[in-house]
Amino acid sequence: MKNDLVLRVIGKLLIPFILLFALYVQFHGDFGPGGGFQAGTIFAAGIVFYALIFGLENARKVIPDRLVEAMLAAGVLLYAGVGVAGLLLGGNYLDYFALDADPIHGQHRGIFWVEAGVAVTVCGVMLKIFYMFASRGEDGRGEA
Amino acid sequence: MAFTVWVLAGTRNLFGVVVLSGIYSFLMATVMVALDAVDVAMTEAAVGAGVSTVLMLGALHLCKSEEAKPAHRPWLPLALSAATAVLLIYGALGLPDFADPQAPIHQHVSPRYLQNEIDVPNVVTAVLASFRGYDTLGETTVVFTAGAGIIALLRRRKIKRGGNEE
Repeated sequence: MKNDLVLRVIGKLLIPFILLFALYVQFHGDFGPGGGFQAGTIFAAGIVFYALIFGLENARKVIPDRLVEAMLAAGVLLYAGVGVAGLLLGGNYLDYFALDADPIHGQHRGIFWVEAGVAVTVCGVMLKIFYMFASRGEDGRGEA
Repeated sequence: MAFTVWVLAGTRNLFGVVVLSGIYSFLMATVMVALDAVDVAMTEAAVGAGVSTVLMLGALHLCKSEEAKPAHRPWLPLALSAATAVLLIYGALGLPDFADPQAPIHQHVSPRYLQNEIDVPNVVTAVLASFRGYDTLGETTVVFTAGAGIIALLRRRKIKRGGNEE
């Protein structure tokens, strides 16, 4: 698919908007539909689209394997870290009211970071699975 | 949707099956929109129709694209799934009507969620991230475990692969 002109042009046009839409879904999740899971999958779908059109190697240059693997763990750690931050600030585990002097603001802050953690992990896992499967396919072609 | 499933069951070409299940996912997403569950619809469209179709195509690349003939007749599994379907439909008959305000689920914690003491307009996000923060932490850990499992199963050491090729 690498040499298909239509796909390349349309892909270049669309991918920024897919990624932007993912970020919109992420940060607008408090007010409209969406949140971490959705944003993570949409972001990963954008990168997968890129990899399909421009090849896996180019996608690996954009988001290297090490970063993806770090994202896997970083999201969960971020989520759990919000809980620990609540503990340190004198609340219960995952108690967002403790995160700010104004409880409602604290809730918003907690939800924001928690959603960010979810998005990072989901996106990382999606990309990792895709990279794994896609690179196996390349190996198979090489051996056959 | 029923038509898609019917064609799906009858198709022997696996490429067709993958495309059809993508179509099914999109139809499912529209059903979710009709049920006012836009969050789920987004996930269904992105994961079910997008990423998993790509993954299935990747898997298809590794194996033959024609389904093998089944080794034995499918009557027992068919009877089993029919029985499960009948049981589920029988169970669903006992549920309260759709959108019935007197249903037990609307009497228990839903009013408190909807009062929205934390001032987040999207109730789904409020429930997901705040009221049920522990659940979501668990879910995120499950997703992480899936990724870690994939890495453990599929990663090949470069040295080992070189040895195999020789």
